[in-house]
Amino acid sequence: MRRIVSILLLIIVALGISLSLAKIPFGAPKTKVGKHYINEGVKETGATNIVTSVVVNYRGFDTLGEVTVLFITAIGIGAVLSTVGGKTVREIEPASLVLYTGCRLLFPLILIFGTYIFIHGHLTPGGGFQGGAIIASGFLLIYLGCRERRISRIASNLAESLGGLVFVVIGLLGLYFGGYFLLNFLPNGTANTLFSAGIIPIIYIAIGFKVGSELASIIDNLIEES
Amino acid sequence: MIFVVSFLVVLMLVGAVAASIFRDLISAVIAAALVSLMASILFYFLQAPDVAMAEAAIGAALTAAIFIIAIRRTKRYEE
Repeated sequence: MRRIVSILLLIIVALGISLSLAKIPFGAPKTKVGKHYINEGVKETGATNIVTSVVVNYRGFDTLGEVTVLFITAIGIGAVLSTVGGKTVREIEPASLVLYTGCRLLFPLILIFGTYIFIHGHLTPGGGFQGGAIIASGFLLIYLGCRERRISRIASNLAESLGGLVFVVIGLLGLYFGGYFLLNFLPNGTANTLFSAGIIPIIYIAIGFKVGSELASIIDNLIEES
Repeated sequence: MIFVVSFLVVLMLVGAVAASIFRDLISAVIAAALVSLMASILFYFLQAPDVAMAEAAIGAALTAAIFIIAIRRTKRYEE
């Protein structure tokens, strides 16, 4: 009975969504702002990756909000798990030789790849969030393969705080120099070179450090308590 | 091209159905990670490499790891 009711409810919801979506013409641009980003984005921001120019330059304040949400999540997980109780010291079963060797070989490569992704965020696909997530998956590999290794809490907290601080300070410098928060006050330079696009690379490096250390500390907290 | 994309979509659907059917929760998590992985390849084919990267790293790797850590603390098999 319950199953039939839930299937009926799902059908009603799907019907409602599809009927309301059918009214919207597929692929039709509603606003002119998307066209503007595509045509003028490279000229105005200096970033050849249009997604980055929207995420960090045009909608930089929203990105600060996103970073804050992730920060609160990491703090929340840390706070909840630290109240669970005393840490039980268990025998750590060592990983197999294949996993251990593979993890030791791959970990530096994954770190370099993640760093490349967030440093070149304004030129190639990717950016701070993607690079940070890749770095955190590298730390996950360390927890799987080299189980006695632990990242230093102080270092990860330091990277996290410095990343957030750099983001906000850059925004405030824009307020000081040009009159509004997160203004691109550095010169754009020539597009398609590493040192271009003004504040975008600096902010993306800060976000990369912040996201990487936050996700790594979430995994660290979870593994420590399990 | 269309065959590759439809193959990926079929794999995604199989993964999603398998994730809801499996009684072994670890297998269900692996199936859900398969859905994320196929979604990330699909994003790449739809010319959204930025989203594809985030989906592959977070959806396929980190989420599955967090689920597996949580399952290790609770029960492995669903009743």
